[in-house]
Amino acid sequence: MSATIAARSAGVPQAGAASSAPPMLEAIDVTRMFMVSQGFMRAKKPLHAVNGVNLSIRQGEVVGLVGESGCGKTTLARMLLGLMPPSSGSLKIDGQPLTGMRRRDVARLVQPVFQDPYSSLNPRKSVGSIIGLPLRVQGGVNSEEEKKRVLEMMELVGLARRLYDNYPSQLSGGQRQRVAIARALINRPRMVICDEPTSALDVSVQSQILNLLQDLRRELGLTYLLISHNLAVVEHMADRVAVMYLGRIVEQTDTDTLFRNPRHPYTEALLKSVLTPEPGLGVPDTQLGAAYPNPLNMPSGCRFHPRCARRFGPCDTIVPRPLNSAEGMVECHLYDDDVKKEVAA
Amino acid sequence: MSDRILSVEGLEVSLPVPTGTLNAVQGVSFHVERGETVCIVGESGCGKSLTALAIMDLLPKRARRTARELTLLGEPIIGVSESAMSDLRGNRMAMIFQEPMTSLNPAYTIGNQLEEALLRHRKVSRAQARERAVHLLERVGITAAGQRLRQYPHQLSGGLRQRVMIAMALMTGPDLIIADEPTTALDVTIQAQILHLLAELQREFHMGLVLITHDLGVVARIATRVVVMYAGQVVETGTAAEVFGAPRHPYTRGLLDCIPIPGKTKRGERLGTIPGMVPSLVGHMQGCHFAGRCNYVVDACREAPISLTATPGGAHQVRCIRADELIGERATAREDVA
Repeated sequence: MSATIAARSAGVPQAGAASSAPPMLEAIDVTRMFMVSQGFMRAKKPLHAVNGVNLSIRQGEVVGLVGESGCGKTTLARMLLGLMPPSSGSLKIDGQPLTGMRRRDVARLVQPVFQDPYSSLNPRKSVGSIIGLPLRVQGGVNSEEEKKRVLEMMELVGLARRLYDNYPSQLSGGQRQRVAIARALINRPRMVICDEPTSALDVSVQSQILNLLQDLRRELGLTYLLISHNLAVVEHMADRVAVMYLGRIVEQTDTDTLFRNPRHPYTEALLKSVLTPEPGLGVPDTQLGAAYPNPLNMPSGCRFHPRCARRFGPCDTIVPRPLNSAEGMVECHLYDDDVKKEVAA
Repeated sequence: MSDRILSVEGLEVSLPVPTGTLNAVQGVSFHVERGETVCIVGESGCGKSLTALAIMDLLPKRARRTARELTLLGEPIIGVSESAMSDLRGNRMAMIFQEPMTSLNPAYTIGNQLEEALLRHRKVSRAQARERAVHLLERVGITAAGQRLRQYPHQLSGGLRQRVMIAMALMTGPDLIIADEPTTALDVTIQAQILHLLAELQREFHMGLVLITHDLGVVARIATRVVVMYAGQVVETGTAAEVFGAPRHPYTRGLLDCIPIPGKTKRGERLGTIPGMVPSLVGHMQGCHFAGRCNYVVDACREAPISLTATPGGAHQVRCIRADELIGERATAREDVA
């Protein structure tokens, strides 16, 4: 790592100090609703893609966000990036409210890395131009300075200098993802939102990108929100995990606790479905019914009840409330003593 | 002989490209017994999908296919007429693809397409075909099967579509199913369900199953035998317990080191990597295909073609001249050489 980079990242709290660090990004009771057309001459229906989410990410922390497709992960990420305003609730970045902030200022603080490095890079721009674009957007650098910083960044993410004038089509998947990471980091953001950063890559390339993300986090004091359906990757990278189901976070706790003792039946099912390369264990039976519910027609009570193996009395009528304890947050009647008492009475 | 469903010996597939000939599959051999699940695993470009297409005779027209032996139930399926092949395809052997949306016809109902699979190959009435379609949809876990028959593919979720594809493959009661990345496009929870279903059906219908995937986790859990491919060749093959319990090829070991395993790999610790890139398969390659990326390469590796050799007293085969010396050595350096 070059001296300039070390100097720039000085003063940023390092990972490990995360537990006491102030929040980098906060979502308070955030909801995002879309009006969805039901067809010609029929009334539009509201779809709550994100429904009352509370999430706080501390400086230097890696938070994993997991859940099935359609659960609202990406909508939440888009709001956190300032690309889409929430319908209600508030978002704070580095202590300031995100609504009302200029796009360019948000971009200085948070940057995304997307899943597919084949479609997230402009095929008609050279590598150097792609990585340098955020510098030009923020302004204040001449072309010489820009090239110097781009080359510096390419070195940091492990891209050879000779690729500066190449085009994305000449690169491998892993190299493209490095370009995407370099582009995200060129303006020294404080936080990176990685939306399935390795799902489109081969395993041998995946491990290189994960190692790179770990190194960059340490060297630059970055904060990550890691969105992934690969729980093994999340377990490896994240300090804390939030599990999302149909627009709500249903369990949130530190990674060790979650993997050792998952409490929400949905988390349990998710963990069960992780297929690790260990022969003899067979394919797990997750006991989740086949159907992921239609988000336009939410189940009553607990949204998860139609697929839950441990549902009981109140699950289909009463909406579970968030329960906070030393073990983290969970939204499930199984852990709500008040509800259980009522059922017994 | 009746228990051997598929036998592949010395399969070669090549494609003409502007710069020469791309030797995509180079002498691949394996076989599938009744009731067995054989997994072909490897990274993109290793030739696993072309191997599957070559068996089904579904290669692109410009591709050239040769084999010393390619038989289904003892009958050759190479060098036979196109009409003979289409009698076998979807009948004695069926294929399930990765993306169920693109492999179902959007203009026809599910019922139409399921029935067609049977009407094409058997002398049955449409009513009988419908009956079997309903039966199989129920078997693959689709509720209200009768109503589903009238639906179009776009009305179903990805998981349901893949179940329909599986039901369609089963319509004629084939002896062999080849599934190419059947769960890659699906959510993890659905993936587990579909694999569970495939394993169950395979036992119930007593078929041979060839599963092609890049996911070592899937392979470890479902395979009877594993075929690891790298750059067009089989580099290691054996039972799941052999290949995952005691991997012998530096590539297999490297791949396994790349994968985080909850509870086994330490959080934040560096994962293993395989430096370098897959070699170009255009033209002829001297020596070991993995030599350029291997930590244990010696001069002898590059001199002559390396053959697949069996370990004493077992079916575990490996294409590495140093396999015996390397037992006990760490597979990859834990240092990133990006």
